Amino acid sequence: MRTGSCAAIAAALLFASAASAQTLRIGLREDPDVLDPTLARTYVGRIVFASLCDKLFDIDEQLRIVPQLATGHEWSADNKALTIRLRPGVRFHDGEVLDAEAVKLSIDRHLTLQGSFRRSEINVVQSVVVVDPLTVRLDLSVPFAPLIAQLTDRAGMVMSPKALREAGAQFGSRPVCAGPFRFAERVAQDRIVLERFEGYWDRASIHVEKVVFQPIQDTTVLLANLQAGQLDLVERVNPTDGAAIRRDRRLRLVGGDELGYNGLTINVGNGERAKTPLGQSARVREALELSIDREVINQVVYAGEFVASPQWVPPTSPFFLKDLPMPARDVARARRLLAEAGTPSPVVNLMIPNNPDLRQVGEVIQSMAREAGFDIRLQATEFASALQAAARGDFEAFLVGWSGRSDPDGNIYSFASCKGGQNDGRYCDAEVDRLLDEARAVPDAAQRIAIYRKVAALYLERDRGRIYLWHRKNLFAHSARLQGLRLVPDGLIRPQGVRLQ
Amino acid sequence: MLTFLARRLAQVVPTLFFVSILIFCLQQLLPGDPALVLAGEERDEQALAEIRARYRLDQPLPVQYLYWLGGVLQGDFGESMRIQRPVAELVLEKLPVTLQLGTMAFLVACLIGIPAGVVAAVKKDRAWDWIANGVALWGLSTPNFWLGIMMILFFSVELGWLPPSGYTSLREDFWQSIKTTIMPAFVLGNAIAAVLMRHTRSAMLQVLGQDYVRTARAKGLAEKVVVVKHALRNAAVPIVTLGALEFGQLLSGAVLTEQVFTIPGFGKLIVDAVFNRDYLVVQGVVLVTATVYVSLNLLADVAYILLNPRLR
Repeated sequence: MRTGSCAAIAAALLFASAASAQTLRIGLREDPDVLDPTLARTYVGRIVFASLCDKLFDIDEQLRIVPQLATGHEWSADNKALTIRLRPGVRFHDGEVLDAEAVKLSIDRHLTLQGSFRRSEINVVQSVVVVDPLTVRLDLSVPFAPLIAQLTDRAGMVMSPKALREAGAQFGSRPVCAGPFRFAERVAQDRIVLERFEGYWDRASIHVEKVVFQPIQDTTVLLANLQAGQLDLVERVNPTDGAAIRRDRRLRLVGGDELGYNGLTINVGNGERAKTPLGQSARVREALELSIDREVINQVVYAGEFVASPQWVPPTSPFFLKDLPMPARDVARARRLLAEAGTPSPVVNLMIPNNPDLRQVGEVIQSMAREAGFDIRLQATEFASALQAAARGDFEAFLVGWSGRSDPDGNIYSFASCKGGQNDGRYCDAEVDRLLDEARAVPDAAQRIAIYRKVAALYLERDRGRIYLWHRKNLFAHSARLQGLRLVPDGLIRPQGVRLQ
Repeated sequence: MLTFLARRLAQVVPTLFFVSILIFCLQQLLPGDPALVLAGEERDEQALAEIRARYRLDQPLPVQYLYWLGGVLQGDFGESMRIQRPVAELVLEKLPVTLQLGTMAFLVACLIGIPAGVVAAVKKDRAWDWIANGVALWGLSTPNFWLGIMMILFFSVELGWLPPSGYTSLREDFWQSIKTTIMPAFVLGNAIAAVLMRHTRSAMLQVLGQDYVRTARAKGLAEKVVVVKHALRNAAVPIVTLGALEFGQLLSGAVLTEQVFTIPGFGKLIVDAVFNRDYLVVQGVVLVTATVYVSLNLLADVAYILLNPRLR
């Protein structure tokens, strides 16, 4: 007993002295929600998962799908069965072996656990079949090309069966996965601490011993922590802080395109408030689009750090439609369109989440659209209230963003299809629906791009069910001693290869 | 004394009951569906329905209230929807943080406010009085978040003396804990010091003009003794009342200051919970702080009696 405790103290001391030098401290903009891959919802939570829970597949800098816990996959001839081969010799943080049974248990849990937010992502999976200890087959109800992309995120995370059995729905308070770091402690709203897992299958790529995540909401304070050396890396830096960070020799600012977008959702068919000139006339919507200069928004509000765009995927995505032009601002034509529509000065109530930069965007849109004759009235609304108003159809136009998914389907399907869960404006067109379903069924990228071009011709060029405005960039600031950070468009922080000098 | 205490204690129960109804109803006036906020981007109807059922959001308000009250009476404050941990556990986790910060801020306030008030009263209409008044005005009118950010930029970023934000508990590392809380304690204490100074000054002025003070001086007592022992002691009653109220306010969490310094106390817990529509957390924290507030009021009453024998 005594030798045991002495050894423990010695080990703790040894660990403490080494850890101080090799702890990666990451500042997050919010406190993550529950750390359970089945129930989790937040972006910051996904950042923590990137160190905690490996997935069957991952995406790389070019958005290509690469194996992680899987080693390969193949589709059946009818595209209705996906066979996945697993990496041998992988262990969970509790020492259990990761095998086909464990994968089946995790996917079944995603599909059945009460309150699961993964179900809607993979509900085409009808059954998970264990072919042999290192092979699973997912049988689908319909062909579904985005499935692998779903398995690059939380739906593809494999949880320890033993921990699931013991913790049940409380799994999130002590998650046990097969990622590079294991869960050590969490103090709500203060910190999440992860420790290196020595049995990680890709141990050679991990160079730090501990990762500490600290949620700090105020961006000034977040940056102050980085400048004072209390943090090594912070996410989602304010674009307007970019210049100050670049001036500081001890800091680095890096950024890459994100997967999501920001734009105007227009209520075209959700209740009474759709019955406005903007909601009823595609001409008025076109006039609104023509009155806006997207690049001006980017320059004025975001110091030119973001990317102006009329599409639902960013230019770096393989699914960006190269032959879809960005309409230039044309006030004269906008005025003509409004005259043709019989409403030379339509009133538009624009709902904006109440935060400083989006309010500023609203003001820029307001003044640009005024020149074409629009009378835009801004309604700055606290975010939770705005979400509910949007879902109920209590809005005319809503300036809102989407964080984006690696497969383009995740950026368009549920927003533009008649029954889509996020289609707050209730845009509905039978042909668009048919095309979106078709794009889901073919795994070939070139064919899908051709289909999405047809969707854009109807949804954007003809109807303007939504007006996309810009793509953010994932801006990270880190201390100069941090090296090896890879910028993947999903904006997650992958600890593999990261070093602290 | 005992009957007085018993009467005051008896008033506590209906007060808290009323608070519990009030906070429950006020919250329902907030727009925003908790399940929708919880889901965020992952808006799946089936999952939303399951969440509403699990937290009884689909039931009528009185039913929700009774379930909650029933739980509270058995010591069960429910569970945070966002991070799925018991509310009681969260409250217990944050309580020492807020207690520490509140106590330190209160000490700062007393150490600055009371001596400054005494000096200002004794040196009425002279340079010291003007200086103390000027500083008090500054303290009252400086916004907490601004002062906080300025202090972070100066002491942490420029000089590198103190950590810019975060919290270490006293048990974990005493000095580090003091370091992480000294700036927020100063910011909080600063504003209260100004209020305390103003009150101390006026209470002292009143007392210093009284006959017994003149008598004390006439007896040939040293000025220090007159001021501290005779005047201040009698001026203390309103100062204690005010102090208890301010301390109560400190314990209900310092919303802006905790946000700026990322101190995981009550203020931050409750603000985050309101924005996330984490109703059970809001209700739990408000009920606990209301209890603390009511108890402090009670303690202030007891302190009066101890300070002023005439009230016994």
